[in-house]
Parts: sequence; structure tokens; C-alpha cells
Amino acid sequence: MRKLLVVPALFLCPLLFIGARSSKLSKDDQVIHALNRLTFGPRPGDVEAVRKMGVKKWIDLQLHPERLAENPELAQKLAPLESLRLSQADTQRTYPNPQMIRAIAAGRQPMPSDPVTRAAVERVVRRFKVKKDIADNGPLEPAVALDQLLTREQIRTLRAGTVEQKRAVIAAIPEDQMDAVAIALSPGLRLQLLPAVDPTLRRKLMLLTAPQQLVAFDLSEGKLYRAILSNRQLEEQLVDFWYNHFNVFLDKGADRYLVPTYEREAIRPHVLGKFRDLLEATAKSPAMLFFLDNWESVGPDTSQRRGNAKRPTRGLNENYARELMELHTLGVDGGYTQKDVTQVARCFTGWTIRAPRQGGDFFYNDRVHDKGEKTVLGVKIPAGGGQDDAEKVLDILARHLATARFISKRLAQRFVTDDPPQKLIDKMAKTFREKNGDIREVMKTMLTSDEFFSQTAYRAKVKTPFEMIVSAVRATGAQVDFAFPLARQIAELGEPLYRKLEPTGYSDANSEWVNSAALLARMNFALALAQNKVPGSKLDVSQFTGDPAEVARQVLFTDAQPATLAAIEKQAQNAKAPVVGLMLGSPDFQRR
Amino acid sequence: MTTRRLFLKGSGLAMFGVGAAPMWLARAADAPSARKKVLVAVFQRGAVDGLNVVVPFGERNYYALRPTIAIPAPKGGTESAIDLDGFFGLHPALAPLKPIYDANKLAIVHAVGSPDPTRSHFDAQDYMESGTPGRKATTDGWLNRALPPSAEVRKSPVRAVSLGPSLSRAVRGHNEAVAINNLNEFKVSDVDGAATFESMYASTLDKALSGTGRETFDAVKLMQSIQAQPYTPAAGAKYPGGRLGQSLMQVARLIKADVGLEVAFADVGGWDTHVNEVGQTPGAGQLANLLGNFGQALAAFYQDLGDRMEDVAVVTMSEFGRTARENGNRGTDHGHANVMFAFGGGIRGGKVYGEWPGLAPEQLYENRDLALTTDFRDVLGELVGKHLGNGQLAGVFPEYARPRFRGLIEG
Repeated sequence: MRKLLVVPALFLCPLLFIGARSSKLSKDDQVIHALNRLTFGPRPGDVEAVRKMGVKKWIDLQLHPERLAENPELAQKLAPLESLRLSQADTQRTYPNPQMIRAIAAGRQPMPSDPVTRAAVERVVRRFKVKKDIADNGPLEPAVALDQLLTREQIRTLRAGTVEQKRAVIAAIPEDQMDAVAIALSPGLRLQLLPAVDPTLRRKLMLLTAPQQLVAFDLSEGKLYRAILSNRQLEEQLVDFWYNHFNVFLDKGADRYLVPTYEREAIRPHVLGKFRDLLEATAKSPAMLFFLDNWESVGPDTSQRRGNAKRPTRGLNENYARELMELHTLGVDGGYTQKDVTQVARCFTGWTIRAPRQGGDFFYNDRVHDKGEKTVLGVKIPAGGGQDDAEKVLDILARHLATARFISKRLAQRFVTDDPPQKLIDKMAKTFREKNGDIREVMKTMLTSDEFFSQTAYRAKVKTPFEMIVSAVRATGAQVDFAFPLARQIAELGEPLYRKLEPTGYSDANSEWVNSAALLARMNFALALAQNKVPGSKLDVSQFTGDPAEVARQVLFTDAQPATLAAIEKQAQNAKAPVVGLMLGSPDFQRR
Repeated sequence: MTTRRLFLKGSGLAMFGVGAAPMWLARAADAPSARKKVLVAVFQRGAVDGLNVVVPFGERNYYALRPTIAIPAPKGGTESAIDLDGFFGLHPALAPLKPIYDANKLAIVHAVGSPDPTRSHFDAQDYMESGTPGRKATTDGWLNRALPPSAEVRKSPVRAVSLGPSLSRAVRGHNEAVAINNLNEFKVSDVDGAATFESMYASTLDKALSGTGRETFDAVKLMQSIQAQPYTPAAGAKYPGGRLGQSLMQVARLIKADVGLEVAFADVGGWDTHVNEVGQTPGAGQLANLLGNFGQALAAFYQDLGDRMEDVAVVTMSEFGRTARENGNRGTDHGHANVMFAFGGGIRGGKVYGEWPGLAPEQLYENRDLALTTDFRDVLGELVGKHLGNGQLAGVFPEYARPRFRGLIEG
């Protein structure tokens, strides 16, 4: 009798709350929700682990990444990605671009000391020198031709064989001949072989083909390995968020070399720190100074202003000043005017880079600083302040109410819903102000709020391309030995990594990602991953049965919609599309 | 319709003399075509420097404001402007567009843009794509609203197409619209998977995804016949590499396939030239490279479409212009009014439209930018009204019910 009474009561409870859209999620849904938002998608076992620990405690742990032991596999994967650890100057020296190689060839720059880089550069230099001598720019004959090193059969296999067959050919090459083979391969064949070889040889092949590309390569691979493998998932989510907030476009000139340091030293250390520190780190970063042109901005009536034929007259450039207020702090409706833009630009004159094209660091050049008095957002900045003028601007902006609101809103749009409740934004902004821009505290306010755990927020966000692809890898436990092909897929889905040209970064709104081209790309990726057609990634298909409901629970960590299951069940008996691929391409999997 | 055909016959004779009427005139006059009118919008993201695109070489102040980055007055060759009308000249890198101008098919509007004072790229692009300057709450785009009301029961799923991996703001809205990145790859590569995904997305309760899913699969079916045919641009047209050329080639392919395309949107970035806008010589450098590619892409499209151009109008725009004065780094900062191009069958070209506000200090907008004399909606409105034949302009440009047409199109 008691049971009979309890059942309808339980049944009615959720219904009663449907009207009030802020009704709280069930305990189980809270676990899924938190995992979907704080991580790049749950891995097998995550749901049980969080349930056991308790959502609250788990969130708190994610807010303190230093307390989380890191996954040893991650260090292993990151180890070969050398450019992620080098200084700006060393990055340039190690991975020279064509201009630098020309400079080396012409004797204006020294040969790199690292033996592999040296071999690679020597080869390009030699080719460059020969090219200069050959009128028709014909291809240079390799020192040793490929057919002297390998049999015809082996060469044919390298060209047209399966990945396994290619691997076998490579493995059979004596170690002391490997370099000669790498050099003898054509550039096209080298790139084809990348998924079939170990990371060390892969780098050699890349170095021989396009040294500079390795920097972009390492960045994408590093970002993917961290998102896939790191135990500090929220930290990685925030690195992605803040990089996008302070977006720098990788392919703008010197930024090709400056971005790894930017992410490592300006963004990563501050993602859960004080906003003021993060703001200053980006303001002083060569990557940002170069991207938004402030390094070239010069005050009027300064000694550097007078031009000559080689260096024409320089002056004020307001690009950074505007984006600093519009995108980084106050927001476009934050109450600044064109006059404020010009005044802020004047304050920032002299914030520049030492020898920018040689990977130089930040420095303040007082000679080009505008020494006059400025007024920013009604605050007078007296004449003669020097480098401190811009520091004062950063103080004003970091403390401004509009900044607290704007940053809170941006975070809530990323982690809660496209259109977060004003009440939540206000709560977060209050924390921001009271805790002096402490991002960890603002995050805590958000992640423990009723709004975060509301029905309205549950599965309300469409995964970004990056999230979709990483979450598919995580959910299926796919082994990734070469992440770059995944980065290319992410670009196909509409989010080329580090390559958003506009300083705005990518939008966090669902509408940015829901369109025909992108949906088709998602479906195609899902099937390709499930059919092991994505080079460098391997999925163990034996773990999945043909039962859609079971596969749904394995990769969605919850039940699929009836429509999704019905469509898969309806699939013709002899159809070959794997169930797990269909599930990864389903509408259900596109949400988080 | 009869009147227009008569006009075309007459004008064909008048313009080209007896026996020299080009193919498209004959076709347009004789074939009672069910072909749709097409409007192609091209967005130059980043704010192109209109004053160096269509150069007011007749204005002394232009050279005073830009001591190191001005384009010299026409004197032939590739290092000076190409004369249009004795006052304005094209940037030399835009030479491929000159024949279209000379054929009276390319019209230029100067000192045109959005009346909103924002100098934020993001806001200004948003306003120009929504077609509602100053109003952030608009959720759909002008090009979507521009689609003429259709009585057809089964509308083409590719009436509105946005080229590239995302659906641009201008094309979003309640009319079906698809993003196409690459026509040949616009499909689910696995045939079995395609059918299952189609039924999955058709019946899902996820509203946002089901809507897009249905539009996608309708379009996929239509694309199959196009994909089966390899594409060779007509008349030896050579599309340049890069995003815009590839996008326009796909638009041409869709138009020629007669699959019901009515509006298309393509974009190309990189115009935010704060530094070193002009290179060692006036005809070289960043802007010249960008314009070279831009001009080649547009000219290739014009050539490729040939007589089909009669049905097509292309219009270009950018969120705002750049400062009239060069900045401290041989570049320009964010400004106000700009320049737009329109070309195609119905356009009365060979002319630079719009009142010239001048570049004297007191004539500048906020003492720094080219002032605005034509609202961008005047240009777009005329194209929507007269070319696409959608008379409901109040719905396309709310709060701007009566655009002042410039006479870009006959009638």
C-alpha cells in the first residue's frame, strides 16, 4: 500500500516543476550535466567516479587543478612536441620559415645547432642555392635516390599500401639509413606517411618538408592531447575559453612564432587566477602586441616620429585600445566613447616588442610614449606617467562594473546557456567585484548556482566542433597516436584551431555551429571515427554491440531519444554503418 | 515581362548594332524562362579602405590626408589609379573589373554605408548583416528576409545559400537556408549512414537540430546531380585561389544547375589594414594583394556566367570604411562611410553613384572619416525590390521602409 502511494508522488514531482523552468536537476542528471560542462565529455567510468565522490566535491577539485594528479599518458604524448616548450627566439631558430632559411643560405644567419634541424635546414638551404642556379627551378636530385635505398616493391607499398603495410616497410629500414630515406622521399610522400610513423620520425619528415609548419602542428596536437587526456579538464576548458576571449590569429606574421609562448605564459597560468593579472599578461604579450598592432603605435611629438625613406613617420594606432575595451573588458555597451579609445591608445604608446621579428620580448620604450595628460572613462591620468599610464588603464578597466558584468556574462554563456539569466550574471559580477576579479571565485559562484543546475541549462548547449570531436574520442576511448588529422576535422566542422582571424574569437552561441555544412561534417566524422578511417586514431569497435540502446548508454552516458533509437533500429539489416558511428552523429551527441 | 523583353531587344540593337547582340540578350528575350533571379552578396570582413579602392584622385585633400599611402592619379600602368570618370579611379589591382565597368554593367556607390556610428567590427558586421543598424535584438538576416514570398508548394532547399563552413548571419532566418562549404563534399559519405541520419534528424525532438537537419538532407538530394558532373568554368574563366574565388565558383555552379538558388552570401576577410596597407610602391602591398584576388574572383564569376549574368546581380559591402587620414603605421584605423560595387545583368553601370561629401576637414565625419551620403539599405533595397522583385521592403528593412533608390536598376 505504501509503495502504491509513493509511485504517483514521485511521478508527479517532476511534472509539477516543469512550469518553473529553473527546477533543479535530479542527482544523476547533475552528474552528467557537470561532466558535460566542466570536461570535454565524460570517459567510460567518469560518471560512476563523480557520483561516488559527489558532484560538489568533484567540482571543487576541478576548481583546484593543482590538487589533481595529472595523467602520465599526457606527458608522454606532449614530450615530442618540442616547440610548445621553447622560448620565442628558440622557436624561430629551430623551425625557420622560408625567409630565415634564405637568410641562413645567404650567410646572414647562423646554422641551427640541433643536428636534426641542422640537417633539415641544410637540405633546404642546399635546395635553395641550387634552385637559384637552375634557370627552370627544376627539382633537386636527392643526394641518394630513393630507388637506391629501397626496393621497387617497398616504394610501391609506401605509396599505396595500408598503414600497417607502410609501417612494416619503415620498420625494415636499417636505422643508419633512415635519414637518407627521409631525405630521398618526395614532400608529398612524406606527408602521406605521417600517420604511419612514430612521432620522432614524423617530426623529421615535417622538418624536411616545412619546418615552420611544425609550430602550428604542435599547437593543435598539444591542445588536442590535453583536452583528450588531461585530468584537469576544467583548466583545459578555461584555457580554451580565455584564449578565445583574448583571441590571437596564428597566421598573422610573427604570431606564427609567438602564439605557443602566449598560450603557455600569458593565458594558462592565469585561467583560474586574478583577472587583472590575466589582462596584464595578455597586454604585455608579444603575441597580442603584434596581433593588435600596439607594438607599432607611437605618440605624437616623440623622437621616433620623424620618418625617413626607410622608416616612414609613425604615429598612434588605436586597434588594441579599442579591442581592449570592447572585447577584453567592458564590452561594446560598456560606456566608452571614441575619445576614450584614442586616450587609451595614447596611454599604451611605448608598450612594444624588442626586435619583433626575432621573437623578442615585451619592453617599454619611453622614447615613443605620449607624455601628455590623458583622461580615460572620466579618470585623469596626469602627464609624465610613463609606463604606468597603461597600468592605470588596466586598473580602471579591471575594476570597472561593466567589466565584471561582461566577463560574468561571457563565462555564463560558455558554461550555462546562450542567454544566461540576469540574476546569475549579477551574482557572478558581485563575486567578481568583492573578490577583486578572482576568476576561481567567479567560477565557483556560477558552478554552484541553481541556474547552473537548472532544467533550462541541461543539454542546452550545442557542442563546439572542438568539443564534439574530443568528446567522441573520450567517450569511445579511441587511442590517438597522431592528433593532427583530428585538428583538420575540427576545421571542417567550422572551428580551425588558433585560426580565428577576427579578434572577437569564436561565438559561444549555438547558432554559430548549427548549419548544413557543419552538420554533415559532424555525421561524416562520426562514421569515419567508428570505421577507423581517421588517420592516427584507433577505436576498439569490439566494445560495442549492435544494440542501439546499449551503445547509447556507452557514449551518451544516458538514454538516447526514442527517435534516435528508432532510426538506428530501422536501419536495413544488411546496412553497414556502425551503430556507434550513428550514435556519435546523432542529435543527442551534439548536445552537452 | 513583355515590356522588358521588348526593351532588351531594343537595347541590344542600340548598344551593339545590328547582328552583334550577345547571346544573353537573345536568350533573355526569347526564352520564357522559369529561371529565378539571383542576388549574390559579398562581404569584405574587416572594413576595407574604400578610399583606396575607388580613389577620389580629383580631391586634393585625399593626397594631403594620406602622404604615404595614397594611390596616385591615373597615369597608366600598375602604379596609379585607373580612371573611371575623371574624378574617381579604381585601385590598379582591380583592373579585371574595368571591362565590366566599361560595358556599363558595374556600378559603384561611394560614401555609402551604415548610419550607425559604431566602429566595432563585430557590431557593424552584425548590423549590416541583420540589415537593422543600431538594433541588436534582430535575430534574422536581411538576405533571408529578401527572399520573395513564394507560392510554390515545394520550395527549393537551396533558395538561400551561405558559402563556407558556417551559416552567415545575413542568411539566417525563417526561410530555409543552407551553408555549403564544398559542393562536392556536401553529402554523408556513407550511403547507409545517410539514410539513417536523415530519418534520425527528421524525427528528433531537438528543434534546432531537426530544422537544420531537414534542410540539409533536402539540399543533399538536390546536390547529387550536380556532384555527378565535374565542373569546368565557361569561357576560360579562371577563379583565383582563396576563399572568395572558390565560393563564387560554387555559386556559379549552383546557378547554372538551375536548382532554385535565389540568394547567396560569400565573404572574405583580411581587410583590417591598420599597418602597412600599401607596400613599397602604390600598386603593391597588403591591400593590393587582397584587391587583386577580389577583382579576379568577381571578374571570373562574371565571365563564367556569361549570358546567365542577365539573371544575376552581385553586390559587395564591408562593415565600415577607414579613417580618411592615414595612421602612424602606414595604415588606416576604423572609419565610417565606404564604397560598394554592384554588377550584373540589370545594373546600370559605368557610373559612380552617390553625392561626394568631400574630404576637407570640416567635411569629415567626426573630423576623421569619410561622411555618409547613401545608406547601404538604399542600395540593397533597390536590388531586393527591383532585381529580386520583392516589393515588401518594409519587411526586409524594418524601420527603413522607404529607401531612396539611386537608380542602379532600370525602372
